[in-house]
Amino acid sequence: MSEWFEIGSIGDIPRLSARVVETNQGSIAIFRTWGDEVFALRDRCPHKAGPLSQGIVHGTRVTCPLHNLVMDLTAGKAVAPDEGCVARYPVKVENSRVFLSLECGP
Amino acid sequence: MKQKLVLVGNGMAGMRTLEELLAIAPDRYDITVFGAEPHGNYNRILLSPVLAGEKTLEDIMLNGEQWYADNGITLQKGKEVVKIDRCNRKVTASDGTAESYDRLLLATGADPIMIPVPGHDLEGVTTFRKIEDVNAMLEFSRNSRNAVVIGGGLLGLEAAYGLLRQGMYVTVVHLLDTLMERQLDSEAGTMLKRSLEESGIQFLMGAETESFTGKDRVEGVRFKGGLRIAADLVVMAVGIRPNIALAQQAGIYCERGILVNDTMQTYDPRIYAVGECVQHRNQTYGFVAPLFNQASVCANHLAELGYAKFHTTLSSAKLKVTGIDLFSAGDFIGDDTTEEVVMKDVSRGVYKKIVIKDNRIQGAILYGDAADGAWYFELLRDQTDIRDIRATLLVGQSHLGDSGHGGKNLAASMSDDKEVCGCNGVCKGDIVKAITTKGLFTLDEVRSHTKASSSCGSCTGLVEQIMAHTLGGDYSETPKLKPLCKCSDYTHDEIRQVIKVQRLTSYRAVMEYLEYRTLDGCHICRPALNYYVIAAWPGEALDDPQSRYINERVHANIQKDGTFSVIPRIWGGVTTPKELRAIAEAAEKYQVPTVKITGGQRIDLLGVKKEVLPHIWEDLNRAGMVSGFAYGKSLRTVKTCVGQEWCRFGTQDSTSMGVKLEKLTWGSWMPHKFKMAVSGCPRNCAEATVKDFGVVAVESGWELHVGGNAGVKVRPTELLCKVETEQEVVEYCCAFIQLYRENAHYLERTAPWIERVGLFYAKQQIVEDAGNRKALHDRFLDSQKYAQKDPWAERVRGEKDAHEFAPLKQLSSRHV
Ligand code: SRM
Ligand SMILES: Cc1cc2nc3c(=O)[nH]c(=O)nc-3n(C[C@H](O)[C@H](O)[C@H](O)COP(=O)(O)OP(=O)(O)OC[C@H]3O[C@@H](n4cnc5c(N)ncnc54)[C@H](O)[C@@H]3O)c2cc1C
Ligand code: SF4
Ligand code: FES
Repeated sequence: MSEWFEIGSIGDIPRLSARVVETNQGSIAIFRTWGDEVFALRDRCPHKAGPLSQGIVHGTRVTCPLHNLVMDLTAGKAVAPDEGCVARYPVKVENSRVFLSLECGP
Repeated sequence: MKQKLVLVGNGMAGMRTLEELLAIAPDRYDITVFGAEPHGNYNRILLSPVLAGEKTLEDIMLNGEQWYADNGITLQKGKEVVKIDRCNRKVTASDGTAESYDRLLLATGADPIMIPVPGHDLEGVTTFRKIEDVNAMLEFSRNSRNAVVIGGGLLGLEAAYGLLRQGMYVTVVHLLDTLMERQLDSEAGTMLKRSLEESGIQFLMGAETESFTGKDRVEGVRFKGGLRIAADLVVMAVGIRPNIALAQQAGIYCERGILVNDTMQTYDPRIYAVGECVQHRNQTYGFVAPLFNQASVCANHLAELGYAKFHTTLSSAKLKVTGIDLFSAGDFIGDDTTEEVVMKDVSRGVYKKIVIKDNRIQGAILYGDAADGAWYFELLRDQTDIRDIRATLLVGQSHLGDSGHGGKNLAASMSDDKEVCGCNGVCKGDIVKAITTKGLFTLDEVRSHTKASSSCGSCTGLVEQIMAHTLGGDYSETPKLKPLCKCSDYTHDEIRQVIKVQRLTSYRAVMEYLEYRTLDGCHICRPALNYYVIAAWPGEALDDPQSRYINERVHANIQKDGTFSVIPRIWGGVTTPKELRAIAEAAEKYQVPTVKITGGQRIDLLGVKKEVLPHIWEDLNRAGMVSGFAYGKSLRTVKTCVGQEWCRFGTQDSTSMGVKLEKLTWGSWMPHKFKMAVSGCPRNCAEATVKDFGVVAVESGWELHVGGNAGVKVRPTELLCKVETEQEVVEYCCAFIQLYRENAHYLERTAPWIERVGLFYAKQQIVEDAGNRKALHDRFLDSQKYAQKDPWAERVRGEKDAHEFAPLKQLSSRHV
């Protein structure tokens, strides 16, 4: 069964940015949008492994800092015409606390 | 229920409108398309290469039948609409197929003109417009010998070339004495005629056709005056006429074409029209670039966004005949108010003519060397003041050094596996494939699909050449005013203006005021807007860290492996044992993998982990060192030479001058990075003449040079002026920086900026107008009050962005 880990408060992640959670599955980027939605993706761009967490967040997308691939946070897929996808992880926010599950999404 | 949209005319303009519409409003309409031709939509431009045997129908399909199915569009192919019933909002095709509409789009194109001389209906007399015409010509070319092309314009010559390639004897008949008289003057026309003759085409100039002879099939052409020549195939290419029959029948107001307003709407508000069938502000268009602009405007209104407008546009023309390099645009004849600059080199087969009025280009013809066509077209379109580049105007832009690329006809001869974009590792084959399989037309599309030319841009020219070659040498897209990005339609200048006038002090305020289409903008506009508000309202504007690129957010350069590099400021390149010791100690303490002397006279510590940054900064701060801003769109280095203090040739103290300028200007945010240098004499050891602002000392004072660049495109500086005192150097330097900060577009370095606005402008603002210079200088110093804070120290103290430098959480193996 999926186990939820508390990783901090939503206030720890400024709007339109990301923070990293280090796990033994590698770094996971936790994004927060302007509308306070939270998404978790593996912090590795499908292009050349750039750290997505360091990119500019806009809408529900992030632009990779290395070569500007645009990644859709909701789907974990690159926005066309870019191609590629990245693992998503379940996250939830309860009473301003953020919880992450390490059960890798589809 | 969805609204119903019907498109009549399955060609280039109509289909482009649907593609644009689907991209912005995919679910708004149920769409039905009627096309008289029995195919999907193909690239009509490329019929010429099909005729020449260089391409097949499959190669030139833009929207195959599968595409319609995939997008849920009903295609009624091979069905000509013959009636529009506007009362009941219904169209009917000749076979009785009917469809009702809420909105109707007419894109019926144009018909080739057939001169009704006796015999024009004989077998073997054809026009050149559709794939069927091409197939018929190919069929004839297999069984017969003599082809006659009536019309020496673009289309006629492309037909003639194709038929020649198919092995026919080709004669081109032209009524006038100059070929392509709508694009060329007689000089260029004569040169063109000579090279086509050399390739085997014959010409009959000034000849008027009287009749075509033959019983069932054409056998000859007879001219006024009695001359008769043999012909097994006659191609009529004397022009086109907007196809307005259907619209006229339905009572929609037409003149030469179907009249539309700036939103592509006809007199019936439910009915739109685009393409060659349209007349807009008394003009009709016969090239795809303006038609595609119409398409995007029309899509904008069909999607009910309601803000785009079609502007009268200029077109340029090229001839798609292999081996002929030709370009023409605008008014290339001129009148008694214009002047012309001409270059003619018969033995090289090169002719260039540029028509100028009030220092602005009105038109141009290039023959034999058209590499700079796009550049002249841009100068023409933007009406750039060219007085500063007049002397070298005809030499063109390609004479400027270009690291790694260049060579004007490179694209054609390149093999597919040859790398074009060094930044993103994109080969020619990738680009060609993307263009042909995805139906790309514009540089932007090629950029986003392949990434070619999307980074440093030095291969842009080459990519454009490949596009031209693949698309058939002619697509020249360039809307007049380029929006900053896709999130709005406003240009850089419009946005800067609004920020000033409305006193907007945050990127969000700008986005709200201008009603941006996206919620948070994108990675292109956010950094630009953030800079614009800071530059306009120093001390007042809200600097949003989340709108800055990672390097500027954490004050270090991100590396390919996600680590960072640290470059402390070394004022004017002068350091001390104490500083060197501090750098060495920091490098050892934090196990920095690489320590490198940069090209900018300082030291780079590479491979530092993000968490370590505040610590290494703290140590460097302690030794009195501050951030070198090697990551910023800001002042980078001020290179100096040893100068008068040591050098036997030095005329002034260049080192101190460099340090002084750096102390004064560091920390300032700019449209792009900004580099300076001070050399102690004209031997110029600090390379001041390739800097954004370069100072060269001479016996009698200081020469001030601006707009240089040693990067992607090497451009030497131009002399702004000479001054005598140190105080003047400082004042001019600050004024120049401020002018750049207030005027340039974000990510535009001084070199392209100066080329755009002209050195003349900078001189006027800075050299000639002392009051203005002083004001610029004061504004700069004022903004520096808020800018000169060492970002490292602020972060070492934990005052700013602490969240950047620590992971949110470590989920150690104990947890997992
Ligand atoms: C470190 C250094 C190379 C070196 O080892 O010497 C360097 C490194 C980079 N340069 Fe440079 N440039 C360095 C001197 C130069 C110079 C030489 C100079 O300044 O005298 C030039 C040509 C001069 C010029 O700018 O006109 C130069 C022209 C470029 C360009 C092309 C700029 C252009 O307008 O054409 C880029 C790309 C850009 O800025 O978009 C670039 C971009 C870069 C970036 C920032 C690429 C990137 O985005 O990651 C590199 C960062 C590496 C890093 O993390 O440190 N670098 N770069 C030099 C740092 C100097 C310093 O002390 O700050
Ligand atoms: C050989 C050739 C080379 C060219 N080269 C270039 C070039 O290099 N650069 C350039 O910019 N331009 C070039 N052009 C011009 C360019 O192809 C046209 O400007 C462009 O195709 C016009 O687009 P359109 O949609 O208005 O018309 P079209 O592409 O002609 O589409 C109109 C369509 O509507 C259909 N239609 C008409 N009436 C009806 C009806 N009543 N019912 C149903 N369907 C109907 C027609 O059959 C046709 O398929 C070239 C043209 C030709 C023929
Ligand atoms: S340091 Fe400069 S020249 Fe070297 S690879 Fe990076 S951007 Fe290119
Ligand atoms: S690594 Fe992300 S775009 Fe290249």
